[in-house]
Order: sequence, then C-alpha cells, then structure tokens
Amino acid sequence: MFRVLIGCVILILSFGVYSEVIHKERSLYRNILVEESGDLLCLKFNEKTRKSTQSCMYKSKPKKLVFNYTKMTFASLLFIDNPQNVLIIGLGGGTLSNTIHELYPNASIENVEIDPAVIKVARDYFQFIETDKVTSKVQDGRIFIKRAALKKQKYDWIILDAFNGDYIPEHLLTKEFFAEVKSVLAEGGIVAANTFSSSKLYQHESATYYDVFGDFVNVVTDKNSNRIILAGLNAMPSDQQIAKRVKQLAVKLAPYDVDIHSLSEHLLYTKDNQNWPSDTKVLTDQYSPANLLNY
Amino acid sequence: MNKINALIYFLAFSSGFCIMGIELLGGRILAPYFGSSVHIWGSIITVFMLSLSIGYLLGGKLSTHNPSLAKYGVIFFIASIMVIPIVLFAEPIMAFIFSHIEDSRYGSLLASTALFFIPTTILGMISPYSVRLLVTDHEKSGQVAGGLYFVSTLGSALGTIITSFYMVLAFDVNDIIKTFASVLGALGLLAIAVSQTRAKERTVCLES
Repeated sequence: MFRVLIGCVILILSFGVYSEVIHKERSLYRNILVEESGDLLCLKFNEKTRKSTQSCMYKSKPKKLVFNYTKMTFASLLFIDNPQNVLIIGLGGGTLSNTIHELYPNASIENVEIDPAVIKVARDYFQFIETDKVTSKVQDGRIFIKRAALKKQKYDWIILDAFNGDYIPEHLLTKEFFAEVKSVLAEGGIVAANTFSSSKLYQHESATYYDVFGDFVNVVTDKNSNRIILAGLNAMPSDQQIAKRVKQLAVKLAPYDVDIHSLSEHLLYTKDNQNWPSDTKVLTDQYSPANLLNY
Repeated sequence: MNKINALIYFLAFSSGFCIMGIELLGGRILAPYFGSSVHIWGSIITVFMLSLSIGYLLGGKLSTHNPSLAKYGVIFFIASIMVIPIVLFAEPIMAFIFSHIEDSRYGSLLASTALFFIPTTILGMISPYSVRLLVTDHEKSGQVAGGLYFVSTLGSALGTIITSFYMVLAFDVNDIIKTFASVLGALGLLAIAVSQTRAKERTVCLES
C-alpha cells in the first residue's frame, strides 16, 4: 500500500515538471527542440547523451530573463553608456537582442547566427523581434567580423555567445579572432563573452583574452556556472562611477530581473589579480585544440 | 619480401599518412577565412578526391616509361616541395580570395584548390607507381595492388587519427605540415640513395 502511494506521489511529481516537445527540427548542425514545461518555453539542442538548453522564456512574463548568464551579460552596461551599435554573435532564442532592443529602441542590433533553423525557431517560438534596426544574418561569426573589419564597421557592444556548452567553434577562440573583434570595436566600446568558468580551458581562454585586450573583467556569480568576460576597456571605471551607473540602471533593468547592484559586486578585475599561470599557452589559429582542452 | 619491396610499402604507407594528415589540417587552415561549416569539408574533400584521381592517372601513365626506384623517390621529393607553399602562402592566398569572393562555399573551394591541388595530385601518383614497381608476375598483380591499397589506406587512417587526436594538441598546424614535408622529402632521398647503391652494386657485380 505504502509503495503504491509512493509510486503515485512520484508519478504526480513527475507530471508537475513534465515537459512537452512542441517543435523538433534537424538542422544542418544539430537537432533543435522547443520544449514547453508549465510556464517555461525552452530552446534546446539535442545531443545523444543530453540536451543542452540554449535559451528559455517565461510565457507569461517574456521580459523576465531566465538564465543567470543572460542577466550577467548586462553587467556590460556598467562600463558603457547608451550603446548604439550592438553586434551579437550567436542568436539562441533572441533573448539578448529583444532585451537590448527594448532597453535602447534606437540602437542598431546585428545578430549573426550560423544556423538558419535557429533564427526560424527564434522567430516562430521566442518572439524574436526584427525591425529596420534589428537584423539577423546567417553567417559564421568569424567571417562576419572579418568582413565587417574590411568595411571598417565599428560596434560599441560586441556580445560573443556562440558556444553551446558541448562544442566550441575553435576558430572563435583564438588570438587572431580576438584581434579581429578588437578591430571592429568602437572607441570606448566593450566585448562581452559568455563562456566557461571551469575546466582547463579557463586558463587558456583567459591568457588569450589578456594577450589581445590586456586586463579584463570576469563576471562570476556562481563558481560552477558560466562566466562573462568583459574585455576591450580602455580604462577601468572608478568605484564611484560604477556606483553611479548602478543607480541609473537599477530601475531600468529591474523588469528583466537583472539585479545590477548584485552584479556590480561580482566583478573580478584581472588587474593585479591574474588567476592563471603566466606561462599558459595562448590559443592561436595555429594552435587551438579548444574542445580537447575543455575537460 | 625483399628489402626494396618493404621500402616501397613503407613509403606508400607514409604518403597515405601525410595525405590524410594534411587533409585534416586543411579544415583548420581554412576556418579563419571561410568558417567551419559543413561546406568547408565539402570543398576540402572534393579537392583531395579530385587531385588524387588525377594523380592516379598521371602516376599510372608515368609508370609506363622506364619505371625506377629513383624516379619514385623523385615523386616524393617533388611532393615534399609542393607541400611547403601551404605553410608559406596560405595566409596571403586566403586573404586575397576572401576579399574577392563573398560566398564562402566558392571561396573555400578556390582556396583549397590553390593550396592542396598540386601537392595532393603528386602524392596521388605514388599508389599506381608503387604497384608498377612491386608487380613482377601479372598473376599476382591484383594481390599486390590489394596489399598496396591496404598499406597506404592504413597509413591514411593512422594519419587521420594521430593528427586529429594528438598532434593538434601538441604542435602548431604549420609545424605539423612542415614535419610531413620533411618526412616526404627524406623518404624520397632515401629511395634515391637506395637505388643508387643498388645500381653501384649491380655494376660491381657485372665488372667482377
């Protein structure tokens, strides 16, 4: 009797978090799933062994950001004023683009995504907004940035979000790539990269960023999750300047569930505080076994 | 099996190893300019298959004109020299193609042709030429060809796995390519040297 009861409880509990796949698609690069569980709608890439969640949205509150790393990306705003030209490499569900568009309706936002199926799913299921100012392009991020450099384009906020957790496009994690990114970064602009906070790759990645951009800022709120690297700053703002920006941004970011005050307390400056060995090998186009180092 | 035949099999094995090692690194070389999408591999594999097929034809044809171990060594030596431009000129060639062709499919196809067509064609000549040097009895020609394909394709398999699993972790791409070039050149010179000594021995025999 007791066993049956336990069985029932487990059954009910599992129904509570039961998630339904509402869209499935095999793209050139991966299997894409859109899963709905209660109020939560998620974009997942399906690998054999596990599903890696790329982006989620609360259906009843689409503004509210779900993932910590998405929120952490907005720590960028502590270092730049009023971004006007934003470049996002790696679209996911389009959450970052939508949020930035709402915050800065006049800013032009270019989204670059290698997988056309991801753009389609973002439009169809995640309310990805496209306007004259907000565009998306199917292209490899490296090629886009190289072409942008040839055209002498500049961006004041460049967000690198092309790693999906299981696989790193190795040509997007090299000294040469970062140098190209730097060449399209406007004066006073910032690069924000969503990346790892553990594994052996951490050191190589840090060393490579440092080699190209000099001192940078790590945003880490939880040791076991992602880190956001903020790089490309000419000068580090003073504590007073940060405090001032926190004040200005707090209300503006609250609807998105971004606690900018808390983020401002999780900034780790690499200046005088390098947490990787100084002889760490920098990743280059010649040497970039990023996936083999990521364990 | 005599020593000369063993040498030929070993050389064929090494060329198979180098061909696939270079093909695999081709993806690495092209990625900064043309991305790492599936069409990059389409370009690379197409160019390698095409140049190997032409190499087979040329190697077969060449083997009908006084085949010798010395000439066989010369093929290796030329292949080794033709691999070097991959190291020296990949950057300017790719930069030029990148700025002239927008579509990364055709850009990567042209770039892989420019970089890999000539060395791979020459490396392709090795298999049919090896068969010619090894076959003495037409009854056994099929068996000899089978053995040669076995050895060279085994080399290719090992070249693929060792390059992708281990070498990229330890060395720069260009250093690996330079090593392949040196190995091919050294083996070519070895074949030439062996054929010279053999010629000398023969002359000595005849004189005595």
